[in-house]
Amino acid sequence: MTDLDTLVMQFQNKNQVAFKKLYDMYSKSIHGVVYNIVKDTAIADELMQDVFIKAWHKADTFSSKKGRFFTWILNIARNAAIDKTRSKAFKQSRQNLNADYFVDIIAGYDNLDDSTDAIGIKKFVTQLGEKCKAVIELLYFKGFTQKETSEELQMPIGTVKTRNRNCIQQLRDMVL
Amino acid sequence: MDIKTYIESGILELYVAGRLSENENQEIYNLLQQHPELLQEVLEIEAAVVKLTAAVSPHAVNFNSIKGKLGASETKVVDLKPKQTNWISYTGWAASILLAAGLLWTLNQNTDLEQQLQTVETDNIYLETQIEDAKTDLAATKNLLNVIRDKDIIAVPLGGQGDYASSFAKVYWNKADNTIYLDAEGLPNAPDGKVWQVWSLTLNPLTPTSLGTIDDFNTDENKIFTIANANESQAFGVTLEPEGGSATPTMEQLYTLGVVSATP
Repeated sequence: MTDLDTLVMQFQNKNQVAFKKLYDMYSKSIHGVVYNIVKDTAIADELMQDVFIKAWHKADTFSSKKGRFFTWILNIARNAAIDKTRSKAFKQSRQNLNADYFVDIIAGYDNLDDSTDAIGIKKFVTQLGEKCKAVIELLYFKGFTQKETSEELQMPIGTVKTRNRNCIQQLRDMVL
Repeated sequence: MDIKTYIESGILELYVAGRLSENENQEIYNLLQQHPELLQEVLEIEAAVVKLTAAVSPHAVNFNSIKGKLGASETKVVDLKPKQTNWISYTGWAASILLAAGLLWTLNQNTDLEQQLQTVETDNIYLETQIEDAKTDLAATKNLLNVIRDKDIIAVPLGGQGDYASSFAKVYWNKADNTIYLDAEGLPNAPDGKVWQVWSLTLNPLTPTSLGTIDDFNTDENKIFTIANANESQAFGVTLEPEGGSATPTMEQLYTLGVVSATP
């Protein structure tokens, strides 16, 4: 059993200290995912907070047999963000929704910090092939299924899986 | 099962993305329990994706921003000092108010009683005065009764005369001490400017001797008047005379007259 598994179990027993550790590990990622969808910092802040509050209150519904904790909360976040973009109020306030991909957002940050991760990721996104950008965008940020991604990118379904594998491998080489 | 081929298939990347079926998820979970190298692969994929997605976030948001909203499962703050009614204080206040009210009532009662006492004392003095008066009256009456009952007394009825037939009087004459007691109850009050005058008479010849005027007739209560009489009277008369009296009786104003009967 990994340390992460222990933390998740403690979280499910309503241990706030464990939950804070999980929050510190994943909140920025969840924020990134919802921000990439709503493209508004204030709304992203609110959504990310709602996601973690919801996770806390629904802790007992999580089961490691169904997937990773990060994956579970990532799903909650994507659903919440997409629901938000479908709301009438959101549509009215955001008529011309920015069509940038996550790569454009990352590339737009002017050296936010000079940590290894930031440098590595920036290098990664600038060198990333167009197909990789699209596959990662759809599978991780938008929550498309393999089939939906294959249709969207007009790419054979098996190719989606292997190409994604290669793209993630490049990322691992850069940041791990 | 060829672990390496399984990893190369890219299914673990989709597993982390959360886009597999429930069955696939369950299958991978089981494999992860058996093959540490698979789990290691998943951890690395996850770590890379976590870093990539975090890089999109414009800023971090502190955990404290949500801490307050996790309330439901937080330890409930128990009020160590539950608000309980301070009976001792309330009882004290109630007692004070009752005492104050009681004192006021008592004070009021006292004033009332003092006033009543004052009234009773006044009544008492009045009653004592009345008793004194009654005693005095009683003594006077007894005295009078004794006088009338005296064996030496001569009773002389005075009859109404002429126009004054309805008038009457009585004289009780005590020869031993030369005193007459005129009971003039049967005479009217003297009009203004007039006064009753009492006369002692001898009959042969008819000689009136004034015994004086009764100046306090109208105000006297029992209308019995004590008059000195040293004369050898044979009759008594009462006339109405001008104020101050007259030297001789005015016969037209003779109201009553009575002759002394033979000496017993």
